Amino acid sequence: MSELKELIQDKLNKESFSGNGSLKALSQKGLELFNEQGIPTVNHEEWKYTRISAVLNKDFSYAVDATAVTAKDVDAFRLPGHEAANELVFVNGIYHAELSNIRSSADELVILPLSEAVKGEYKAIVDANLGHSANYHTDGINALNNTFAYQGLFIAVKKNKSVEHPLYCYYINDARTVNVLSQPRTLIYVAASAEVQLVEEEVTIGTSDSFINKVSEIVVEENAQVSIYKIQNEDSHSSCVKTTHVRQLGVSKVNSVTITLNGGVIRNNLNFILEAPGCESNMYGLYCVKGNTHVDNHTIVDNQQPHSLSNELYKGIIDENATGVFNGKIFVRQDAQKTNAYQSNKNVLLSDTATVNTKPQLEIFADDVKCSHGCTIGRLDDEALFYLQARGIGEKAAKALLLHAFAVEILDKIELEPIRQYVDQIISERLDFEI
Amino acid sequence: MSEMLNTLEQTALSEYKYGWVTDIEADEAPPGLSEDIVRFISAKKNEPEWMLEWRLKAYRHWLKMTEPEWANVKYPKVDYNAIKYYSAPKQKKTLNSLDEVDPELRATFEKLGISLDEQKRLSNVAVDAVIDSVSIATTFKKQLAELGIIFCSMSEAVQEHPELIKKWLGSVVPMTDNYFSALNSAVFSDGSFCYIPKGVKSPMELSTYFRINAENTGQFERTLIVAEEGSYVSYLEGCTAPMRDENQLHAAVVEIVALDNAEVKYSTVQNWYPGDKDGKGGIYNFVTKRGICAGVNSKISWTQVETGSAVTWKYPSVILKGDNSQGEFYSVAVTNNHQQADTGTKMMHIGKNTRSRIVSKGISAGFSQNSYRGLVQVGKNAVNARNFSQCDSLLLGDKCGAHTFPYIEVKNSTAQVEHEATTSKIGEDQIFYCNQRGLDTETAVALIINGFAKEVMNQLPMEFAVEAQKLLAISLEGSVG
Repeated sequence: MSELKELIQDKLNKESFSGNGSLKALSQKGLELFNEQGIPTVNHEEWKYTRISAVLNKDFSYAVDATAVTAKDVDAFRLPGHEAANELVFVNGIYHAELSNIRSSADELVILPLSEAVKGEYKAIVDANLGHSANYHTDGINALNNTFAYQGLFIAVKKNKSVEHPLYCYYINDARTVNVLSQPRTLIYVAASAEVQLVEEEVTIGTSDSFINKVSEIVVEENAQVSIYKIQNEDSHSSCVKTTHVRQLGVSKVNSVTITLNGGVIRNNLNFILEAPGCESNMYGLYCVKGNTHVDNHTIVDNQQPHSLSNELYKGIIDENATGVFNGKIFVRQDAQKTNAYQSNKNVLLSDTATVNTKPQLEIFADDVKCSHGCTIGRLDDEALFYLQARGIGEKAAKALLLHAFAVEILDKIELEPIRQYVDQIISERLDFEI
Repeated sequence: MSEMLNTLEQTALSEYKYGWVTDIEADEAPPGLSEDIVRFISAKKNEPEWMLEWRLKAYRHWLKMTEPEWANVKYPKVDYNAIKYYSAPKQKKTLNSLDEVDPELRATFEKLGISLDEQKRLSNVAVDAVIDSVSIATTFKKQLAELGIIFCSMSEAVQEHPELIKKWLGSVVPMTDNYFSALNSAVFSDGSFCYIPKGVKSPMELSTYFRINAENTGQFERTLIVAEEGSYVSYLEGCTAPMRDENQLHAAVVEIVALDNAEVKYSTVQNWYPGDKDGKGGIYNFVTKRGICAGVNSKISWTQVETGSAVTWKYPSVILKGDNSQGEFYSVAVTNNHQQADTGTKMMHIGKNTRSRIVSKGISAGFSQNSYRGLVQVGKNAVNARNFSQCDSLLLGDKCGAHTFPYIEVKNSTAQVEHEATTSKIGEDQIFYCNQRGLDTETAVALIINGFAKEVMNQLPMEFAVEAQKLLAISLEGSVG
């Protein structure tokens, strides 16, 4: 722990960030809070099932040369459909303009370092939104990212523009020589009536340990539409805490699909703050994990205004020694009458060494609402298996068929066809399912 | 709608009807907690040395603990040194028959509707009445003794059945379990002990009635139920307290042991004084209740109707250790005005083919906060464990809150765990439907609420069901908007 603190201080000293206003304040506040709180232990209610300190209890390094990563390295993991996408490459947490391909024009899409955005025409937006996630996460992990928010990236989608090319974001950690800790930070502003699709993937090059502590804040204005797709398929030595914090400031629609296939310890924080009446938020997740992968999905939906709809469905297939954690929180504030909020978590356990810990929470302060949550944990339905077997389908194939059907409900929520196909293929291989 | 509000608001002001104080001369300990007080209580009860040691051990452990803060309730901290830990109605000698009970005391229980005169109303219920700290009288003792059933106050049990107490006391809720159980272990003043021998089915319901009477006292009772192989017992618990402006503490411990093929059904109607409509006064109800299905095919069922207390904090739990054992939890928790309740259950599946069922109905009104907090845990070896949980909340009014915190931890692939929860309010269409058919709004609301809680009410023994339904109506009057 103390080593990590030294590392952080050392990095801060070296970079001696002297920027201005909100960035500086956020960084200072973050450091103070981090020094006070440290890395959360399992005694922290929000970290009860995820021992993140064990992952961070290693020698990590910051001082990795970003230029070591070449376009050829990136080629190895480009996602399908990248030819028609804006590709944003982050190396060791920092945006790398040379490796990125921006296909959209500047009157649609603006990409600026946060340290510049905070000075120019976007100052008001940055000041009002950067660091908003800290209101919901008061732990040391979020604070740690705030400390380095000045290295972050600002992305704006301009008013009335529908971005044709989806944004593919690759977060690369170059762990070929040392263990790497990186802290990417983005603030994405989607102006009124704009439309954009985001795809995110973390990548570790090399075999040393990698840890990504990412915070992404997304601000959605009136009539805007945003889709967020996350694909997590890394090796067991790569862990991450990813916080995605969405503020819906006007009537708008946001979809999120999180697919977790492999990794070390993965923690996804997904927050939806519905600050205007009539918002729609959909959160879907599929975790199909085995080995020793530990995946923890923490979601918060904060309904603050009336007439909103939020829909949440997370499904898990857990095999071998893997652990799946789900913690969903729905708040319905006193003003949020006529809210419809649904939450569901379904899990299939495939082995006796697999674990599921789930905690679907509701906190409701308004009376005229419809809220429900449900969760199930079990195995495949014996009768469905028997039905298939009775029709001449072998047990193995029948199981694969049922599991695939279980997963497809989430995969179908991915509206970006190349990505959907890509994920479906991985899942099918995993389940021995032939399409 | 406004008419509906009015009718309801008027009736809401109906008062807590158990709020009187009986002027009984009491034998009390001075306020405060120290080793001396623990010794004082033990000496008062003429306890053997081992019991005192046990209490002191708990007290010393308690000193090292800190009060938990994780519950979703807010209340001013309890000053443990301002509480009187012992208060007993003065009695001159041991009583041989009920006729010798202080008439004042008997009148108290008459007023509560608990007639100690067993010929009368509760003709088939054995009652152990506990006032402030001490058990006053136990009825039907003789008839029960013929069957070998021991049903007596805890103090008596310590004297007369030390081997059973030594064996089972603290076996389900260890004294170190939590802050309030440690406190209770140190200062518990009385309670009920119930032992059902092998193969005996108790012919009547056993019942304990608790009442806090004296001022500034805390009530710390301890109940222990042991059901031997193949036995059955249904146990009832009720409670009331006078209206006082200051908060009073109630920290009880209930332990249940069910051995092979035994079944215990434990029903509670909790109606401690909830405080006035501005949230002043009321009982802090911090209770640890836990049962263990130690033997195969055993069953423990908790049913609770929670309408009282300013702050409730309790989780009747079942440890499903024996193969094929069953745990059940049925709860209706009603909060009104400024009441706060954080209640639920824990089902720990350890044995094979264990089953549990949780049905929790929360009703919040006024400015109250009602939380369900539950844990379902399926261990590695709990093959074919099955759990079904349902928690529904009904919100009456827009200033109250309903919260659900279910924790589900599964480590076995053959387990089947389901949890579902809903939150809703009484629809205007439902009220309209009833109005149309000639029911006034108030009756309609009562009807709908009773329907909402019916699944749980049906689990209550007859004697309680009637009382509980009335309570439900009283607690909620005037809160529907």
